[in-house]
Amino acid sequence: MNPLEARNLSFSYSERPIFSNLSFSLERGELLGLLGPNGSGKTTLFRCILGLDHRYGGDVFLEGENIRRKTPAAMARLAAYVPQAHHPSFNYTVMDMVLMGTSSGERAWAVPGSRQKAAALEALAKINFQEFHSRNFRELSGGEQQMVLIARALAQGTRILIMDEPTANLDYGNQLRLLMTISGLSRQGYSILLSTHNPDHAFLFARRVLALHNHALAAIGPPAEVLTPELIHTLYGVQVRLRRDEQGRVSSVPILEDH
Amino acid sequence: MGPRAEKRGGTAVSLVFLFLLAAAIVISLSLGRYPIPVQALLDRVFQGSFESPGMEAIFFNVRLPRILLACLVGTALAAAGASYQGVFQNPLATPDILGASSGAATGATLAILLRLPQPLVMLFAFCMSLGTIALVMLIGERARAKRIVGIILAGLMISSLHSAASSWMKLLADPNNVLPEIVYWLMGSLNKARPLDVLFVLGPMLIGLLPLYIFRWRINLLTLHDEEAQSMGVNVRRTRWLIICCATLITAAAVSVSGVIGWAGLIVPHITRRFTGNNYRDLMPVSMLFGALFLLVIDNISRNLFATEVPLGIFTALMGVPFFLWLITRRGDLW
Repeated sequence: MNPLEARNLSFSYSERPIFSNLSFSLERGELLGLLGPNGSGKTTLFRCILGLDHRYGGDVFLEGENIRRKTPAAMARLAAYVPQAHHPSFNYTVMDMVLMGTSSGERAWAVPGSRQKAAALEALAKINFQEFHSRNFRELSGGEQQMVLIARALAQGTRILIMDEPTANLDYGNQLRLLMTISGLSRQGYSILLSTHNPDHAFLFARRVLALHNHALAAIGPPAEVLTPELIHTLYGVQVRLRRDEQGRVSSVPILEDH
Repeated sequence: MGPRAEKRGGTAVSLVFLFLLAAAIVISLSLGRYPIPVQALLDRVFQGSFESPGMEAIFFNVRLPRILLACLVGTALAAAGASYQGVFQNPLATPDILGASSGAATGATLAILLRLPQPLVMLFAFCMSLGTIALVMLIGERARAKRIVGIILAGLMISSLHSAASSWMKLLADPNNVLPEIVYWLMGSLNKARPLDVLFVLGPMLIGLLPLYIFRWRINLLTLHDEEAQSMGVNVRRTRWLIICCATLITAAAVSVSGVIGWAGLIVPHITRRFTGNNYRDLMPVSMLFGALFLLVIDNISRNLFATEVPLGIFTALMGVPFFLWLITRRGDLW
C-alpha cells in the first residue's frame, strides 16, 4: 500500500479544467518532485490531496483511506503540509510555532503541556534545529523560517509530508541546505511530495518526478529517465542541454540563442 | 528590536494581575462620593453589618454593582478585542470592527427615543447589536472578496448605516430631555449600574467568555493562513464562527449596559501582549484580568476625580488615541 494514491483525479474551476485524469502514487520513503509551469495546477493538486478542496473528481487515498469525507482533524493525522514561509500576523516563538503542529492529535480545548513540548523538541531535533526553540519566528531568515515550518509538520506526527515550493524565496545556499534536510527526512522513512520550479533540484534530490502540463500528467519517473531536454522545453519553453558529471549527476544548462 | 514573542511565566503574570485586580476592587469599594472606610468593609464581612442602613443600601445597590459591571465590561471588551485580533489576523481589530457597538447604539437610541424604561434600553441595545453582527456575517459570507475582507467591509458599511440611523433619531429627539440622554448613553457610562444589570449581563458574558478561555490555544492557529490552520486539523470555518459569536455576545452584553466605550478592546490586549507575548494561552486570561483592572481604574477616575461624572468613552479615547498613534508610528513591530 502506497502512502498516497491519486486515481483519475480531475479538477475544474467553473468550466476551465485545471487537470483531468491524474493518476499517480507516492511511494514510502520517496521524495517525489512535482514540476510544472505556473498555473499548471500544482497548488490545486495540493489542495485536493490535503482535503482543503473537495470539488474534485476521482479519488485520493492517504495510507489506504479515501479522504473524501475526512474531517480536518482526521486529515491532519494523515498528512502534514509545509507552506511557503510567510510573515505571520503575530510574532510567535519557534517553540509555539512547532507546538501548533501537535494540535491535530489533541482535543480542541487542549493547551499543550509537557508531552507536546517534548514532541516539539523532538521534531526540531530531527532537523538539528533544537537550539532555535526560544527564538522569535519573525526574526529568523527565510531559510530558518522554512526549517521551523518543516519541524512543525514533523510535530504533527504524520509520515506523509506535502511541501509547497519550500525553496522559493531562499538564497542559493539555503535552497541546497534545505533540500538536503528534506532528502534526509525521506531517508528516515518520510514520504514527501514537493513542488519545485527548478529541474536541477529534481535531478539532485528527487527519486522520481511528476510533471504536470496542459491539464495532464506529462511524465512520471526517475528524473534521469523522464526529465529530458524535450520535456523541460515542453514545460517551461526554454531550450536546455543536460550535462552529466563524473559521479553521474545530471544538471541542466540553458541554451540562450539570442544572446 | 522587536518584542519577545513569548515571555516566560504566563502564570506569574496572571497572578500579579489577579492580585492587582483584587486590591483595586477593595479600594474601589471604599472610594466614592459616600466613602466607606476599608475598616467598615471588613466589619461587614466578619460581623455581618454596616454601621448604618444607608451605607448598606449604597454598598449593595450602587457601589458593588457598579464595580462588578466595570470588571465584567472591561473583561468582555478586552477578551473580545483579543479574539477579534486573532480571528481576523489583524492586530488592529477591535470589538467594534463588525458593528457591534454601532448596532447597540442604534438600538439604545431608538429605545430612549421611544421613552422606554431602562431595562428595555439595554435589551434593545443587546438585540440590535447581535442582529447587526448576524447581518454582517451573512453579507460577508456572500461577498465576492476573501471571506475575512468581505466580513470586515460589510461591518464597515452596516456601521455607517447605523450611525446615519442614530443621527436621524437624534434629530427627532426632544432636545430638552431625550437628546441629552441619548448623547450621554453614546459616550459610555456605568453610572446607572443597578444590581439587575449585573444579572442581565452575567449570563451572556459567562456563555461567551468561557469558550474564549477554553479554546484559547486554537485561536493561535487561526492567526495563520486558513489552509495552514486547516492542514493542522482545525476546522477553520467552524472555529472562527464560534470565536466570533462568543466575542460578539460579550461585546453586545457589555455595550448594552455601559454604552459605547471605545478603545479599551484595542489598548488592553496590546499592552497585555507586551507582558505575555502573542500566545493566547497566556494572552487571553491576562487580557481578561487586565481588562477588568483597566476599566475599574478608569471608572474610579470618572466617578471620583471631578464634581460631575465624565463619561468613560471620553477617558478611554483620551488614552486610546495617543496610544494608537504611538502604536502605528513606532519602529519595529509590537505584535
